[in-house]
Amino acid sequence: MEKTVNQKAWFLVLPVLILVAFSAVIPLMTVVNYSVQDTFGNNQFFWAGLEWFDEMLHSERMWDALGRQLLFSGIILAIEIPLGVFVALNMPKSGFWSSLCLVLMSLPLLIPWNVVGTIWQIFGRVDIGLLGHTLDALGIDYNYTQDTLAAWVTIVVMDVWHWTSLVALLAFAGLKSIPDAFYQAAKIDQASRWKVFRYIELPKMMGVLMIAILLRFMDSFMIYTEPFVVTGGGPGNATTLLSIDLVKMALGQFDLGPAAAFSIMYFLVILLISWVFYTVMTTIDRREG
Amino acid sequence: MARITLENLAHSYLPNPQGEEDFALKELNHDWIDGEAYALLGASGCGKSTLLNIISGLLEPSQGRILFDGQDVTHAPTAERNIAQVFQFPVVYDTMTVRENLAFPLKNRGEDASYVARRVQEIARMIGMEDVLDRRARGLTADAKQKISLGRGMVREDVNALLFDEPLTVIDPHMKWELRTQLKSLHHEFGHTMIYVTHDQTEALTFADKVVVMYDGRVVQIGTPEELFERPAHTFVGYFIGSPGMNVLPATVTGHRATLAGHEVALGRDFGRPEGNVALGVRPEYLRLGAEGLPVTVKRVEDVGRHKIVRAELFGQEISVIAAEDEEIGADQTRVSFDPARINVYANDWRVTPQGQGGA
Repeated sequence: MEKTVNQKAWFLVLPVLILVAFSAVIPLMTVVNYSVQDTFGNNQFFWAGLEWFDEMLHSERMWDALGRQLLFSGIILAIEIPLGVFVALNMPKSGFWSSLCLVLMSLPLLIPWNVVGTIWQIFGRVDIGLLGHTLDALGIDYNYTQDTLAAWVTIVVMDVWHWTSLVALLAFAGLKSIPDAFYQAAKIDQASRWKVFRYIELPKMMGVLMIAILLRFMDSFMIYTEPFVVTGGGPGNATTLLSIDLVKMALGQFDLGPAAAFSIMYFLVILLISWVFYTVMTTIDRREG
Repeated sequence: MARITLENLAHSYLPNPQGEEDFALKELNHDWIDGEAYALLGASGCGKSTLLNIISGLLEPSQGRILFDGQDVTHAPTAERNIAQVFQFPVVYDTMTVRENLAFPLKNRGEDASYVARRVQEIARMIGMEDVLDRRARGLTADAKQKISLGRGMVREDVNALLFDEPLTVIDPHMKWELRTQLKSLHHEFGHTMIYVTHDQTEALTFADKVVVMYDGRVVQIGTPEELFERPAHTFVGYFIGSPGMNVLPATVTGHRATLAGHEVALGRDFGRPEGNVALGVRPEYLRLGAEGLPVTVKRVEDVGRHKIVRAELFGQEISVIAAEDEEIGADQTRVSFDPARINVYANDWRVTPQGQGGA
């Protein structure tokens, strides 16, 4: 059959190309451009080669921020995933109460990040915040503006409050997809509650949990607004996570070159960890199949 | 192994059932004799699975009692009833190997390892999966998975009853015969009480000693395949069993004679004077086209290979007639005659017992 050649079809692809160019390619290339140049203001730029990358790789400041970031993501994953699964397992499976739970649990997900930060910033204040004041009245020394541990506890609890619902909702969806026959068969086979979880519920939830872990990892690794609103990265640099540090460097100090190099490496780290994670998970998945 | 007794058993899925129509399973009294193979036959939604789940304890009945060997187990959980059940769709534990799947019910009961190993091997041979014992269950095909489910149901030797809830739905036709034959030989070998739910009459009739036909939440007849065929107790049984089903023709009946739209038909026996909606039930096998009898119009002929199914019209009503494969259906065959001994009489859908013949 004769094929018609019509180069005008390219026009159909053009809008997407333009959109992607402006939203991703051009900004990224600008960052690449900054990362290999130096400027003393006046819009004059000088070639710097890989100097900034070299400097950043040897910068204690960046390694510390990366360490804090990994710690933060690790902690919230270790809490949110099991907690979300636990919540999902104990939710009513159907009816009015189930719907109510779903709506209530979705609420934190609908609140803008900035507002989440503000809520917790005020909630935790010792003078007017319910949480801070209560803890203070109970004689617990809690002050997230001065105490590193208190600051960490606050941002971790805030993130758990904000995002556990997401894991719970995903896990719940996974649980709902299990046909009744599986539970009935388990009863017939006299499987214990633990075995039902281990051999029926967990395997059936694995797919959605994988997505939950990946989403929560990427999101928490890029987190900026909430901790910034609550602690501003303090006390000292105690809660200065990667993105907060990056913004400080790029906009606060206007060190465009190092910040650009920093953000490229930041991007690569996220990409690398997500890729490793995804590969490992799919390999496990395939081996089990 | 046990005799299972159902006493005034009924179930409704509604919290406050009012009338009879609220009950998914209408009141029922029945003894499942120890060691018999039963088939529970009926259309979808007639309460078969409800009844099965009540017996296995997955569902608590709204009223009535269940006894195992005279012992009340109505409120006993599934685990205490010691029952095996196989479901319509394969249930396998994905992350386990085939071997672990088969061993699961035994391990949960704390059986010792050597017994488990031996028993798993036996069952694997029975379902023909010895060579895939160490594969993970997840990657297997639907019918392999269902064989595992069947195997898991049969792995325990001491069960009170084996329940099957349309277990062969997902299995290939040639495999169906094989597995059903295996189930039957298993039944002969171990003598478990078996209850097999199905909506497939062939499956029910070939598997069971006794077939329990359900219709609209009610057991309408319990009998051997032959009884169901020759003397359906309810027009539904006549219609549901047989292919095509029984012809039901409205008529009036007085003693030995029936009147069908003004034409008289001889009945082999005396049926008295049944009241209500009276009809004759005649299986297509016992109708004969020819030069004598009632006038019919042949509509079409379906040749199914071993015989012909003739669809015809008798006084404005569709009837089916089975004719021999070599019989010519010609233009002169405008009449149909009945085999008098094979005519059943129904009043309000229930069979009328001919006088002087007792329950037969």
